[in-house]
Amino acid sequence: MNELSFIADTMRQLLTGVPLTLELTLISVGVGGALAIILSVLRASFTPFAWFVRLYVFALRGTPLLLQMFLIYYGLGQFDAVQRSFLWPFLRQPYWCAILALSLNTAAYGSEIIRGGLQSVPAGSIESARVCGMSGLLLYRRVILPLALRQALPAYGSEVIAMVKSTSLASIVTLMEISGIAYAIISETYRALEVFLCAGLIYLAINFVLTRAVAGLEIWLSPHLRPATS
Amino acid sequence: MTSAIVIRDLHKSFGSLEVLKGVSLDAAEGEVISIIGASGSGKSTLLRCIPLLEVPDSGEIIIGGEALRMRRRHGRPEPADSSQVNRVRGSLGFVFQSFNLWPHMTVLQNLIEAPVHVQKRSRAECVAEAEALLKKVGMAEKRDAYPVHLSGGQQQRAAIARALAMRPRALLFDEPTSSLDPELVGEVLQVIAGLAAEGRTMLIVTHEMSFAAEVSSRAIFLHAGRIEEEGPPKQVFGDPLTERCRSFVARHLNR
Repeated sequence: MNELSFIADTMRQLLTGVPLTLELTLISVGVGGALAIILSVLRASFTPFAWFVRLYVFALRGTPLLLQMFLIYYGLGQFDAVQRSFLWPFLRQPYWCAILALSLNTAAYGSEIIRGGLQSVPAGSIESARVCGMSGLLLYRRVILPLALRQALPAYGSEVIAMVKSTSLASIVTLMEISGIAYAIISETYRALEVFLCAGLIYLAINFVLTRAVAGLEIWLSPHLRPATS
Repeated sequence: MTSAIVIRDLHKSFGSLEVLKGVSLDAAEGEVISIIGASGSGKSTLLRCIPLLEVPDSGEIIIGGEALRMRRRHGRPEPADSSQVNRVRGSLGFVFQSFNLWPHMTVLQNLIEAPVHVQKRSRAECVAEAEALLKKVGMAEKRDAYPVHLSGGQQQRAAIARALAMRPRALLFDEPTSSLDPELVGEVLQVIAGLAAEGRTMLIVTHEMSFAAEVSSRAIFLHAGRIEEEGPPKQVFGDPLTERCRSFVARHLNR
């Protein structure tokens, strides 16, 4: 087989892993992002939870994602209670274990990013909302979170890109996403250089599109930062 | 006549610094009261205590006949009923020195935000009312602009309209022109004077002595957390009874 047709064939095979990579990324960024918002709001507004959230962030940022994935995939099954629980049909599958590990991990990083966003909300905006009779969830929903999330978006974009790359670890728990397919091709052909380069190109392409999407989202969500139209 | 705002023996300390040392005040419906005094005299703290932006250590606040219920927890005072606080806050329009418009909303969205989401009034009705208010403060053509694209004077006029959109029973102004460029002060004072002429109940903390002398029905001079002098503006600004008020007014009127 000549070089070019080998690369074309490799690309074709690797591309079949793109849907799974995107699925792992989108689901865990969605679940983890929602969790991150809840954690950061809890940390900011309920003192008893602040220590729990800090401990959570410390543990999940301070240990490798690979280790977390192993703990969930190989570790949880050792508990009878887990095996008997209604969650077992999910937790026995590598797919859901990978999503759980990725979600919990990105929630820790995400909550720190959103915490920064929350701190950037002008005190005067919060005070003027309070004096209009807003408090609690309404205050968060209408004033604090829209301002905080907009502020957090650039940093959160980096986190999403990091997540795309982190999904490659799911190959270690047998998932055939882009990296998993790459390992399989290499173990048959021993041509690591070409295969990994192809996989790298695909990750680059995905992240290029994602970067542009986040930049677009930033502009769309920040009409007040665009030049005046009138 | 009924009282719009009654304050009885208000005390407030920040740490070891006692800012209010027993202030009482009774604002009748339709009264325009200007509150003057040097920096640190407690005038902004007094105003901020009314909607409980600062929680007083002791004393009573009664808005439209309804006393704000307070309680102590771990030795610190706090509002006893947060839904009462939110309701009462909605009945007071508060205008800040630094405007504090919400930067992610247009002028119109700023105006209808609380009426729609706090007072649960219909959006169409709120928009119509907001447009009339914007016209009144001379901001009709800026309804779709974002605060960052407005001058300080325009932002403050929009903030006044936002306070009015709540249909408040009284308006509280906390140094409304102190962060404005001198040439923008006039347009804001003009709007406030117009509201005073309508017979609205207003408390105005200000350093604009000649303006205060002109629009208010009563003036209060605060010194070191106490009311040092109180009376009709003719007295307080023209012929003060106390020496402290006399020298304060003399220093400020001549600027």
